[in-house]
Amino acid sequence: MPFLRALGCYLPPQIVTNAELAPRVASDPEWIWQATGIAERRFAALEQSVVDLGVLAARDCLENSRIAASQIGCLIVASGSAEGRFPGPAAVIGAALGIPGAPALDLPLASAGSLFGICLASQLAPVYRNVLVIGTEIMSRVIRIDAEGRDTAILFGDGAGACVVSADGGFAEIHDFLLASDGNFAGALQLPCDTPLHMDGKTVILHAARKLPRVIQDLLERNRRLPGEVGTFLLHQANRNLITRVAQSLHVPQERFFCNLDRYGNTSSASLLIAAAEWRRSARPNSGAPLILAAFGAGFHWGAALAIQ
Amino acid sequence: MNRQTKIVEIVRRVAGHPVDFAPEDSLFESGLLDSFSLTDLVTELESEFSVRIPDSDLNPRKFDSVARIRAYLDARL
Repeated sequence: MPFLRALGCYLPPQIVTNAELAPRVASDPEWIWQATGIAERRFAALEQSVVDLGVLAARDCLENSRIAASQIGCLIVASGSAEGRFPGPAAVIGAALGIPGAPALDLPLASAGSLFGICLASQLAPVYRNVLVIGTEIMSRVIRIDAEGRDTAILFGDGAGACVVSADGGFAEIHDFLLASDGNFAGALQLPCDTPLHMDGKTVILHAARKLPRVIQDLLERNRRLPGEVGTFLLHQANRNLITRVAQSLHVPQERFFCNLDRYGNTSSASLLIAAAEWRRSARPNSGAPLILAAFGAGFHWGAALAIQ
Repeated sequence: MNRQTKIVEIVRRVAGHPVDFAPEDSLFESGLLDSFSLTDLVTELESEFSVRIPDSDLNPRKFDSVARIRAYLDARL
């Protein structure tokens, strides 16, 4: 099976703290922290696009991968907040990276987009050798930042992450994955063309808190592994309380769940890759330790991947 | 203990405080339950009544009051 070869990320420099956000959404900074586990998030500059963020994350990733952009055989870009309906950002990012001939696929899947991208890349890697997966989002432009939009405004931030999935080696081999979708609940979390993001938080949390532990458990079981054997869990960074629930459901210490939600908020499809990139920079090599990547998001789409370091 | 009494007991346990409420009161609007305690409520109902609640039934409206929970369970059990 292919490997996770390298990771990278880009976060815009503008930091928006809870103290700055709270008065704009008629809320309280401490309440935001208690409800979400988010202390601050990043907002992109007015002149930046999802392509700009994606290119910067991709360059960071390529530098870490020690391969040239010309060695990328295929590009997959997840984004739920891209500025236009088509073309999506993938082809433009490919051109900006200097690889205009490489096939570039868009995955408008939002929060589960990077996970689906990695799993798809693992299947394409035998053909394209090195597949670059990017998640890039400017969520601050698709939410209402006022009292009526409080429930979403407090959650989301901007950023991009990237990953090279390679057939030719890397730091962790992708052993297996499980992906699922259920359109019966598409209305619970959606971004229509002409209105801001809509989220029915109760439905989303109810499904995420049950589906995430279950898909991780199912994936581990079919690989004859136990949750307690997993060295690190890298989850879509949606809400600290959700991550706590997943850890409790799997009977695993929460310390094994890497979390940078407090600094970036929920960056939708980018969050898994940003978290993975930061974990990789800070982690000590742990040969043989299983790694779980998991995500849940609009659609609903959800799943998990198992990689062995 | 009848079904409704058991449901009330579970709601109080999940909510974490022994408050009084009418069967028709909204558990969310009253502040008794939030998104995360709803998850606990569903798990407790499954355990207490030995029923598996399928994903297709995971709609918060079905669990918004004791009366609605009872109606749901009456239809399932």
